[in-house]
Amino acid sequence: MSQAETCYTRTAVALHWLAGVLILCGFAVGLWMTGLEFGPLKFRWYAYHKWIGITVFLLAMLRLGWRRKHPPPPPVTMPEWQRRAAATTHVLLYALMLAIPLSGWLYSSATGVSVVYLGVLPLPDLVPKGKALAAILKVLHVTLNYTLLALVILHAGAALKHHFVDRDGVLARMLPFPPRA
Amino acid sequence: MPPFRSFIPSLAVMLMAASGGASAQGVLIDRSEIRFVSKQMGAAVEGKFRKWKANVDFRPKDLAKSKAEFEIELASVDLASEESESEVKRPLWFDTAKFPVARFASSGVKNAGGDRYEIAGRLSLKGTTKDVVIPVTLTKDATGNSVAQGQFTLNRLDYRIGEGLWADTDTVANEVAIRFRMVLPALN
Repeated sequence: MSQAETCYTRTAVALHWLAGVLILCGFAVGLWMTGLEFGPLKFRWYAYHKWIGITVFLLAMLRLGWRRKHPPPPPVTMPEWQRRAAATTHVLLYALMLAIPLSGWLYSSATGVSVVYLGVLPLPDLVPKGKALAAILKVLHVTLNYTLLALVILHAGAALKHHFVDRDGVLARMLPFPPRA
Repeated sequence: MPPFRSFIPSLAVMLMAASGGASAQGVLIDRSEIRFVSKQMGAAVEGKFRKWKANVDFRPKDLAKSKAEFEIELASVDLASEESESEVKRPLWFDTAKFPVARFASSGVKNAGGDRYEIAGRLSLKGTTKDVVIPVTLTKDATGNSVAQGQFTLNRLDYRIGEGLWADTDTVANEVAIRFRMVLPALN
């Protein structure tokens, strides 16, 4: 098979890693900022966290759009259950990349601190301000995030297994500078 | 009407003092509101005060006798989160233990054309008193009450609201918009 058929496009690869880095940053910032003492620093990092989340949402939309025009390469030979597990994981990863920023946006609306993307673009409030609703949305946001964390670990673990155990070139298809055979 | 009793003790006196023309006195507190909007990292965050008293005697035809006085219980602040509410009562912000009440007393009311008025007065907040001019637009609601609405901007640092580490206006803007809507019963 030619390179074009076995590899993701450069754009898909770039979007994948950019989203990956931002998800990890957003998650780490989210964990850290909640423990900060109430102060300007906390306000700042909450804002940055929201901006990261909205960016992940936009990147996910962009990736879905790109996928329609540039389908990913077909899966390599592997047991059927693994192929299905991979497909399901990918669907869930996309779903969470959209759902988590959305849950954060809802949560922000409920707390009365709207999202102003990059400090310049005000996003509309999706729900009215309310402490009870905010408490529910917080639990939702956190739960979805830990679900994503589990899936990311599964996703990365599977990629490493393909690379080091199966040696089938699955990981190489997504590397920015794939080792040429 | 128990909710009003404590707020407008002299309503009866003022009623008797009313003399001709459509004037409005007292404030229907539970239909009125005092809100404020601050900006945090560019995001508008709204709050309001749950407890305040008003003594308003508004006479469009006798502005010299018109007056407006407000007392706002700062600890009654209603904000987005309990964390913000308790923070804003602390010494760096309102310092409600030392300065529980914000006061406004008008010194003069003038017509600014049509239904618009300007109320000059002094605002005391956290031990600082400053002259302010509050623009008001007067309308009537369906039930014939007068509705006075307005908005003005206050620079929080003028009153040492949000000192120390909070003084950085990139995080919380200096400008705070104060918005109010007062429903005044019209009397003839």
